[in-house]
Amino acid sequence: MTIQTLTEKLPVSILSEGDLSRQITKVFCCDLLSIAMSKAPADCAWVTVMGNVNTLAVASLADAACVILAEGTVLEEAIVEKAKMQGITVLSTTQPVFETALSVYRLLES
Amino acid sequence: MDVQSSTPGVVLKYVVSPNDFTRAGEASSNVKNILKQMGISPDVIRKVSIAMYEGEINMVIHANGGDITVTITPEKIEMVLRDDGPGIPDVEKAMQAGYSTAPEQVRSLGFGAGMGLPNMKNYTDEMKIDTVLGVGTTVTMSVYIS
Repeated sequence: MTIQTLTEKLPVSILSEGDLSRQITKVFCCDLLSIAMSKAPADCAWVTVMGNVNTLAVASLADAACVILAEGTVLEEAIVEKAKMQGITVLSTTQPVFETALSVYRLLES
Repeated sequence: MDVQSSTPGVVLKYVVSPNDFTRAGEASSNVKNILKQMGISPDVIRKVSIAMYEGEINMVIHANGGDITVTITPEKIEMVLRDDGPGIPDVEKAMQAGYSTAPEQVRSLGFGAGMGLPNMKNYTDEMKIDTVLGVGTTVTMSVYIS
C-alpha cells in the first residue's frame, strides 16, 4: 500500500509530504526512540506520540516509510519544515495509537 | 564534516556538539547517505546508522559532545567516537539493557531507556570501550561489509 492510499483511507492529515508513492509494508508502534531505532522495520508506518526533532532522525535512519503522529500530537513548525526539507512524510491523526496502527494493519492485510 | 580520501579507505570526520539534540543524528545521516551512494547493502547501512546514532546521542547526553571518525574500507566500516566527558564508572553495568543514568529531561525526549550501549553492541560486529574517569571515553565499533 502506498502512503497516498493510506492518506485517502484513514482520518489523517499531512503535516509534511515526502514521497507519497512510497510503499508501506509494515506498521510499527513505539515512543521510546532507542527501541524504535533498533526495532522499526524499514518501509514501516511508524505510529508514535513522540513528536520532536529526534523522531525525524530516527525515522530517517531506520528508513521508515512515514511517521504517523497519533492522539493529535502537535509538531512545532520548525520541525515540520525540517521534515519537509528531508523529504520525510509526517501524518497526524487524533485517533489513539492502537486504533491507528490497527487500521493501518487492516489496510495492509486487505 | 571533513572528508579525507586515501586509498583504499575513505575517512569521514565529524564534530558532535554538546547538549544539542536538534543536531544529533546529522553525522549518522550523512554517513548513511554516503554509504547509500557507495552502494553498500541496506543491512550494513542500517547497522552502522543505528550504532552511530546511539553513540552520537550518548555523546550529547553524557559527554559534552566529542568527535567521530568513520573509516570506510572494502572490508568494513569503522567508527571511532571520542569524547572528553566524565568517563564510564562501571562499563559492565552501562552495558546492561535498561540501565541508564540519563537525566529526566532526556527521558522526556524519548531517550534514556538504557538501550544505547546494548544497541551499539548488538548492531556492530566488534565494539571496544576505552574509558578513563575524568578524562573521557573512546568507543570503537566495526561493521563488516561482507
